[in-house]
Amino acid sequence: MARFVIRRLLQSAVVLLGVTVVVFLLLQLVPGDPVRVALGTRFDPQTYEALRARAGLDQPLVVQYFDYLRRALTGDLGVSFRSGRPVTAIVLERLPATLSLAVTAVVFAMLIAFPLGIVSAIRSGSLVDHAARVFSQFGVSVPDFWMGIMGILLFSGVLGWLPPSGYVALTEDPGRWASHVALPAATVGLVTASILTRFIRSSMLEVLSEDYVRTAEAKGLRTRVVVLRHVLRNALIPVVTVVAVQLASLLGGVIVIEVLFAWPGIGRLTYDAVAARDYPVLQGAVLLVAALFLLVNLLVDVLYARLDPRITVK
Amino acid sequence: MKPVLAVEDLTVTIGTRRGPAHAVAGVDWAVRPGETLALVGESGSGKSMSVLAATGLAPRTARVTGRVHLHDTELTGLTEERRRRLRGRHIGFVFQDPMTSLNPVLTVGRQVTEAAEEHLALTRRAARSRAVELLDLVGIPSAGQRVDAYPHQFSGGMRQRVVIAMALACEPDLLIADEPTTALDVTTQAQIVELVADLQQRLGTAVVWITHDLGVVAGIADTVAVMYGGRILEQGPVDAVFGAPSHPYTGALLAARPDPAAGGGDLVTIAGAPPSPLDLPAGCAFWPRCPVRGDARCEHELPPLVPVSAGHQVRTFYPKPSDGERR
Ligand SMILES: Nc1ncnc2c1ncn2[C@@H]1O[C@H](COP(=O)(O)OP(=O)(O)O)[C@@H](O)[C@H]1O
Ligand code: SF4
Ligand SMILES: [Mg+2]
Repeated sequence: MARFVIRRLLQSAVVLLGVTVVVFLLLQLVPGDPVRVALGTRFDPQTYEALRARAGLDQPLVVQYFDYLRRALTGDLGVSFRSGRPVTAIVLERLPATLSLAVTAVVFAMLIAFPLGIVSAIRSGSLVDHAARVFSQFGVSVPDFWMGIMGILLFSGVLGWLPPSGYVALTEDPGRWASHVALPAATVGLVTASILTRFIRSSMLEVLSEDYVRTAEAKGLRTRVVVLRHVLRNALIPVVTVVAVQLASLLGGVIVIEVLFAWPGIGRLTYDAVAARDYPVLQGAVLLVAALFLLVNLLVDVLYARLDPRITVK
Repeated sequence: MKPVLAVEDLTVTIGTRRGPAHAVAGVDWAVRPGETLALVGESGSGKSMSVLAATGLAPRTARVTGRVHLHDTELTGLTEERRRRLRGRHIGFVFQDPMTSLNPVLTVGRQVTEAAEEHLALTRRAARSRAVELLDLVGIPSAGQRVDAYPHQFSGGMRQRVVIAMALACEPDLLIADEPTTALDVTTQAQIVELVADLQQRLGTAVVWITHDLGVVAGIADTVAVMYGGRILEQGPVDAVFGAPSHPYTGALLAARPDPAAGGGDLVTIAGAPPSPLDLPAGCAFWPRCPVRGDARCEHELPPLVPVSAGHQVRTFYPKPSDGERR
């Protein structure tokens, strides 16, 4: 397993290298002079020259790339065109907010989707199953920002239980962190839960019709054992991928929700960077998101190998 | 001797989109300790459904009536929970396709002893050594190591041995084998038949063997029941039924058997198709295909099951006279 992980890490590094090329070229694709464009009305020759030299734009392309790569490897992703602060610091600052929102939302979604998906599969056609279908339909068709607004109106406005927006770091005050993350995470999580519930239900139904489930029933095992040990363990294998895709897309940032809840995550950062044409920050954000994607992918592969013995880990 | 499992007037009606399917339309059979009962018949005649329904494994949409006695316990009247406790404990199952009847994500050892853990409250530790013992019993080489392997690491024949070990985990009084060799190649088939016969001798287990291989029936069964359209058309001791088949269908089946003397190539088949369970005829189910077809009664009236000799019964208005001598 250790060798498998190391090999996959090396593969991820190669992919990440490819991402740096793309991210680097991003800057070249900007029509005109990116620094001039970025500075806009704040243009003054001194800042302009400093930023150009700092970004190495006066060098040949290949030299520029290897320069960028060399610096990136030491953790230097350049400076923001806007604030002049190091991009690495700017991007990493946003990581806790993004991680806490994404992970909380996915955990929330799983807490709903697993019981609901499992019960609606083993009691297909029942009241619970119909309720689950209505819930899923609602979750995937109602826009998340609308749900967010309704959430704010209800829990913050009418009931006054939760703050309407803002972020407090988990390390600073766990209680206040929780009260701030609850609404955005529930909003995003409801959508994820709807998608997951459907998927878990259909995956469970598929496994329920397998011969080995009848074998398990023929042994006289309790329903709970049949469902958890025989059905769920197999149904889980494809579900892992869906959970991972959901998690990855949340890590990439949920821009609308982050803007709505004033959540200082990567989505918000990307949005602001695009608006301000702050290309180094955009590059850094894309690179970080790519790295997170690769990490999630690696976790999925490891989980797959643990769940399915037919996958040989070599 | 009292039967291990006795089925009386069992019917299974499955609700489908196209109406009720009469998968089993009134079946009686019994199997005694140490005996082998063979259920034979074309595909769709209700063989599997009758044993599944008898033990509470029919699909949720099925309605089951009749009486089923496991020793002195009547099963159809029990709650599913009580039935579950008897299943696996007193009855072991071997299904048709060993490639799909084992769970791909659990080790074979775990699957072999699950039932014992459940019914005999075996600890995981004790279960493991029991698994090795059972795998050894069914002839799996180096069972001590193979116990931790997964199903995909076994061949079809070896998997079926695993399934048999699994069925025997609680030392059941009855083994139900539903076409256990159909999915296997010929050599492996013979080995599995031999294995079950041998285990039966050693353990004294009663066996219900579902098959359409009449050769196997002649080799291992004590009694045979020929099913058609959800009913039994002929049943009795193998020697009597095969020696002097009284029902036109049994006669046709035996004639349809590939004849080894003729090089095995000359397969006589019975023209026509069996009846649909959605639309069972009021009269004799075999009527459309019957070479005898006595009179109008055959078409409109259900022939009763009548005795022709000791323990040998047949469902036709025109049984072939059996004197026990004619071959
Ligand atoms: N789940 C089901 N729903 C509807 N009909 C079924 C179902 N399972 C079996 N049947 C029908 O019941 C009849 C008997 O099936 P089965 O007992 O499996 O036959 P056999 O084992 O003799 O080949 C068949 O005609 C089949 O079409
Ligand atoms: S009852 Fe009539 S139709 Fe049916 S098998 Fe006997 S002779 Fe043939
Ligand atoms: Mg069958």
